[in-house]
Amino acid sequence: MELLNLFLKSLFIENMALAFFLGMCSFLAVSKKVDTALGLGVAVVFVLAITTPLNNLIHKYLLQKGALVWLLGEDALTIDLSFLNFIAFIATIAAAVQIVEMAIDKYSPALYGALGVFLPLIAVNCAILGGSLLMVQREYNTVESTVFGVGAGVGFALAIVALAAIREKMKYSNVPGGLRGLGITFITTGLMAMGFTIFGGIQL
Amino acid sequence: MDKETKEVLLGPIHFQNPITLHVLGICSALAVTTKLETALVMSAALTFVLVGSNVVISLLRNKIPGSIRVITQLAIIASLVIVADQVMKAYLFGVSKQLSVFVGLIITNCIVMGRAEAFAMANPPFKSFLDGLGNSMGYAAILIIVAGLRELLGSGKLLGYELMPTITNGGWYNPNGLMVLSPGAFFIIGLIIWVQRSASKGLQEESN
Repeated sequence: MELLNLFLKSLFIENMALAFFLGMCSFLAVSKKVDTALGLGVAVVFVLAITTPLNNLIHKYLLQKGALVWLLGEDALTIDLSFLNFIAFIATIAAAVQIVEMAIDKYSPALYGALGVFLPLIAVNCAILGGSLLMVQREYNTVESTVFGVGAGVGFALAIVALAAIREKMKYSNVPGGLRGLGITFITTGLMAMGFTIFGGIQL
Repeated sequence: MDKETKEVLLGPIHFQNPITLHVLGICSALAVTTKLETALVMSAALTFVLVGSNVVISLLRNKIPGSIRVITQLAIIASLVIVADQVMKAYLFGVSKQLSVFVGLIITNCIVMGRAEAFAMANPPFKSFLDGLGNSMGYAAILIIVAGLRELLGSGKLLGYELMPTITNGGWYNPNGLMVLSPGAFFIIGLIIWVQRSASKGLQEESN
């Protein structure tokens, strides 16, 4: 039950894109068509679900204060390597993205064709690193961080597909010159974020 | 200052603005702008990282092998961010708590990666330094406008000083709660883009 609550919370109430503004660059840039938006969304779910628990293990067994006790014995209680979090996480993410890309290429060329172009982009998508950093800040355990990763990813996918659908509809509208393109996308996203704030009052 | 230097340094403030024209670094621009103070600290941290990474990457540009350049750039940027984070934790602990994960997210801030890839990999150190400085100024300009508007309209304050006394404190201003929430940030940046592109028609896009 706890885990279901966590999933729903990361999916709606704390939506990555609309409440936390994470992954905005690709959110705005890759949302012109529903197909490509769906591809990016699926890739984000995939990578978040892998990297968040992976980084959780790295944090727990290598970098956290006193984490090296299992390796070096009692002397290691005072060793605190958590300032290395950033560089370790981004390295894991870049490596995981590379491995996922190669694995998909080998075992499922069709999926690779659909996701291929987005995977390298994802290494520098702030939603992925943000997921890992939030996981550390909130002290999730490994199971919770897996659920959080999947929930956050699905939330991002949901938001980007919804925005792409709206933008497809809006293609032929007569928008004032200065707002055309990026401007109106911001306003639309603002309205969507406003819609998502209704989840804010829900207690799980 | 010759014409080219001027363009590299001052272009990003209006005609080449990283946020409103190149769609780079949006995440932090939206997330840290509820207060002017956090926006200023964030701009300073980004300036440090961007200028530093541009110079270092430009110095190493002939040594970095093409196939692993992204991870090399990320390592350089992440090291600079760790330095910025540690300094902020030591001297500005309160603000660094408010910025929470967004200091770490400078690593994946697309402005830093974007400028490293597009400019520093192809230009000498001094020009890259100017480019880093110019883009930081463009970023800071948008952040300060957005944060100023959001803090003033959302709570009647600027940098913590009460400019418009709110009704709850016995004044006349009824704070606009929307400005403090996430939608307010989107609307303000959308409106800034509208004003900017109406002023300079050349920046307008062809279609939606």
